[in-house]
Amino acid sequence: MKIQTILAAGAMTVAAVAAQNAQAGAVLDGIKDKGFVQCGVNTGLPGFSAANAEGKWEGIDVDVCRAAAAALLGDANAVQYTPLTAAQRFTALQSGEIDVLSRNTTATTTRDAKLGLTFVGINYYDGQGFLIPKALGVSSATELDGATVCVEPGTTTELNLADYFRAKGMSFEPVVIENINEATAAFFSGRCDVYTTDASGLASIRTQMAENPDDYVILPEIISKEPLGPVVAQGDEQWSDVVRWAFTAMVEAEEYGVTMENVDDMKANSTNPGIQRLLGVTPGMGEALGLDEAWAYNIIKQVGNYGESYEKNVTAKLGLERGLNALWTDGGLQYAWPVR
Amino acid sequence: MSKPQNAPGDVRSKGLVDYLNDENVRAVLYQIIAIGLIVLAGWYLVSNTLYNLEQQNISTGYGFLDLEASFEISETMIDYSAQSSYATALMVGLLNTVKVSLLGIILCTIIGTIFGVARLSSNWIVRKLATVYVETFRNIPVLLQLFFWYALIPGAFPHPRDALEPIPGVLLTSRGMYMPVPEPDNAYTLMAIAAVIACVAIYFIKKWAKKRQDATGQPFPMFLAGLGIFVGLVLLAYLAGGAPTDMSMPALKGFNIQGGYNISPEFMAVLIGLTVYTSTYVAEVVRSGIQAVPNGQWEAADSLGIRRSVALRKVILPQSMRVAIPPLTNQYLNLTKNSSLAVAVGYPDLVSVSNTTMNQTGQAIEAISIFMSIYLGLSLLTSLFMNWFNKKMALVER
Repeated sequence: MKIQTILAAGAMTVAAVAAQNAQAGAVLDGIKDKGFVQCGVNTGLPGFSAANAEGKWEGIDVDVCRAAAAALLGDANAVQYTPLTAAQRFTALQSGEIDVLSRNTTATTTRDAKLGLTFVGINYYDGQGFLIPKALGVSSATELDGATVCVEPGTTTELNLADYFRAKGMSFEPVVIENINEATAAFFSGRCDVYTTDASGLASIRTQMAENPDDYVILPEIISKEPLGPVVAQGDEQWSDVVRWAFTAMVEAEEYGVTMENVDDMKANSTNPGIQRLLGVTPGMGEALGLDEAWAYNIIKQVGNYGESYEKNVTAKLGLERGLNALWTDGGLQYAWPVR
Repeated sequence: MSKPQNAPGDVRSKGLVDYLNDENVRAVLYQIIAIGLIVLAGWYLVSNTLYNLEQQNISTGYGFLDLEASFEISETMIDYSAQSSYATALMVGLLNTVKVSLLGIILCTIIGTIFGVARLSSNWIVRKLATVYVETFRNIPVLLQLFFWYALIPGAFPHPRDALEPIPGVLLTSRGMYMPVPEPDNAYTLMAIAAVIACVAIYFIKKWAKKRQDATGQPFPMFLAGLGIFVGLVLLAYLAGGAPTDMSMPALKGFNIQGGYNISPEFMAVLIGLTVYTSTYVAEVVRSGIQAVPNGQWEAADSLGIRRSVALRKVILPQSMRVAIPPLTNQYLNLTKNSSLAVAVGYPDLVSVSNTTMNQTGQAIEAISIFMSIYLGLSLLTSLFMNWFNKKMALVER
C-alpha cells in the first residue's frame, strides 16, 4: 500500500516536471488549450499598465498582450493579467507562470543572454530621469550630490543610478522599495529628495500620483537608454514570433494609415498590396506564422494601430508627445519590419 | 537492534528467507529503502531542474558571486560600494539582518518581561493597560504593523531642513534620527579591551563569591562590585587613551544631514514593528511562566523570612525560567524569520539584497538557496544557544 502510494506520487512528479520541460511550441499550445494569454504587467503604472476604475487593465504595455491574444485567439480580451513587481518579473516568466512579460522592461545583454529570455520588440524608447520637488530649487542632475534617491530594486534604473553618480564623482543614499506604490509614497512623504526611473514612468508618477503635479519637476538630464519592450521565455520560437509580429503589425498598420476606424473599409477597398498582405486579403502571412489570415485585421480592429494605442494611453494620460516613439518617417525610431 | 541476531546455541544455518524475516534485518532494510527513495527524489529534482534551466538557456552556478554588484546599499556595517562583489553585498544584507534580529530579541525580551509582569500586577490600571497592549499588537499581522510604522515615521517628522532638535545634537527628521557620535580614536579600542577584561574579572569574582557563600554563608555585594569594576576599568582606559572629546555632530549640509549616526526610518520601522509584535508573545510566555510556579513556593519563601523582592529573583523567576525558555526560543526564531519582511519597507536585509541580486543576475535558484541556507543556519544557531541556556537553567537533581 505504502509503496504503491510512493510509486504513484513519484510517477506524478515525473509527469509534472516533464510537462514543464521546454519544448518547441509548448507555450503556444498551452495558450490555445487554456484559451487565453497570461500576461505579466506592472502593478500600476498609468499609461503603461494599470487597472482603471472598472478594474480593466489599460496601457500601451497591456495593448501588446491584447494584440498577441487577438492574433493567436482572435479575441483581444482573452488575456489574464498578473501584476508583477520589478523583482518578480523574470522569475515569473522563466517559471512559465506567465506567457509574456509586457511590463516596461529594458532590453539588455544580460537579460537577453543569461536569463533565458527573448526580447521581441521595443514598444517604447525611453531614458532614465529624475523627479524632484520644485521646492528644493534644483535645476540639473549634476547638483544632486548627497541626495537621497528612491528607486525600485532589481531594475536597470538602480544600476544606471549607481553608474551615473560614480561617473560624476557624486554620492547618494538609495532608498530601495520593491512595491512601486510604497516607493512613491515614501518619495511624496519626503523620505527621498529624488525619485528616479524611466522618464515616462516619472511623468506617470507626477501626473497621476502626485497631489499637486506642479510642485514637482523632471530634471532635463536623461542619463540612460531604456528600450522597453515585451519579453518571452526562450524555447518556443513560434510563440515569440507571434508576439513579435503582433506588435510589428501595429506599427506597420500605423505606417500604412490603417486604423481601428477604417480597417474594414481598407480590407474591402484598399488596392495597396502591402495593406492587402497585412489584412489577409492576400493570404500567406497568417499561414507563415501559424495563425488565422485575419490575425492582423483582428489586432487593428480590436486594439488599434501603434499610434492609436500611444495616443489613447500615453499622450492622453501622461501628456507625453511621441518624441523618440514617432514613426521613422516622422523622425522617430518606430520602424516596422515589413510584413511580407 | 540490541538483540543478538543468533540466539546462543542456535546452530541452524540461515537461509535468505529466514534472513529477510528477521525483525532486525527488516528494520534496517526499510530504513535503507526509505533513505534511498529520498536521495533518489532529491537527485531527480536537482538534475531535472538543471536540465530545464539548460534547455531554457538560463545560466547556473555560483560564479556570479564574484561579479561586480553595481548597485548601492543604503545601510552597511562593512565597506561596500557599487564596485564590490555580489558576495559582499549579500554579506551586508546578512549583517543587517543579524543587527535588527539581535536588537529585536534583546528589546522584545525586556519589553515583554515588563508587560508580562504587569499583566499580573495587583494594580487594576497597570494590569488592564498591559492586557490592551498585548491583545492589540498580538492580533494585528506583523507585516501590516511594519507598514504602519513605516508610514508613520517619515510622515510624522519634518524634512531635514526643518529638523526637530529635542535634545541638543539629536535631530529628528523624515530621514530618521541623527545623533552625535565620538570621532574615531584609539582610546575607544582601549575601552573595548578594558570592557572585555572587566567581564572576565567579574566572572571569576562571581565564582569566588559563590564558593565563599556556599562555605561561610556570607553574601557578597556582587552587583555593586561588578558595576564598580566595569565602570572603573573602562573609565581608566578612557583616561589612559588621552580622554578624547571630539564628537561628530549631525548638521544640515546640502540635501541631507551629514555627520553623526543615522538611524534610518526603515530600520526603525522594522525594529519597532518586530519588537512590539514579538514582545506581546514574550509577555504571555513570561506571564504563564510565573503563573506556572505554585503559590506554595511564595509561601515557603515567606516562611523562611526571605524578602519578597529576593524571593522573586531567587525562588520564583529561576523556576519560571524553566517553563519559559522553550517557548521563548520559538519567539526568538520567529522574530529572526519575520525580519525577512523588512524587504517590504525597504530595509536592506538579506532578502532585500538577495532579491536585487537575483534580479540583476537572473539566478533565482542560486540566490534563494543562499538566503534559505543562511536563515536555516541563523535559526539553528539560535536554537543551539537557547538549548544550551535551557540546559544550564534546568533543574539540577541532587
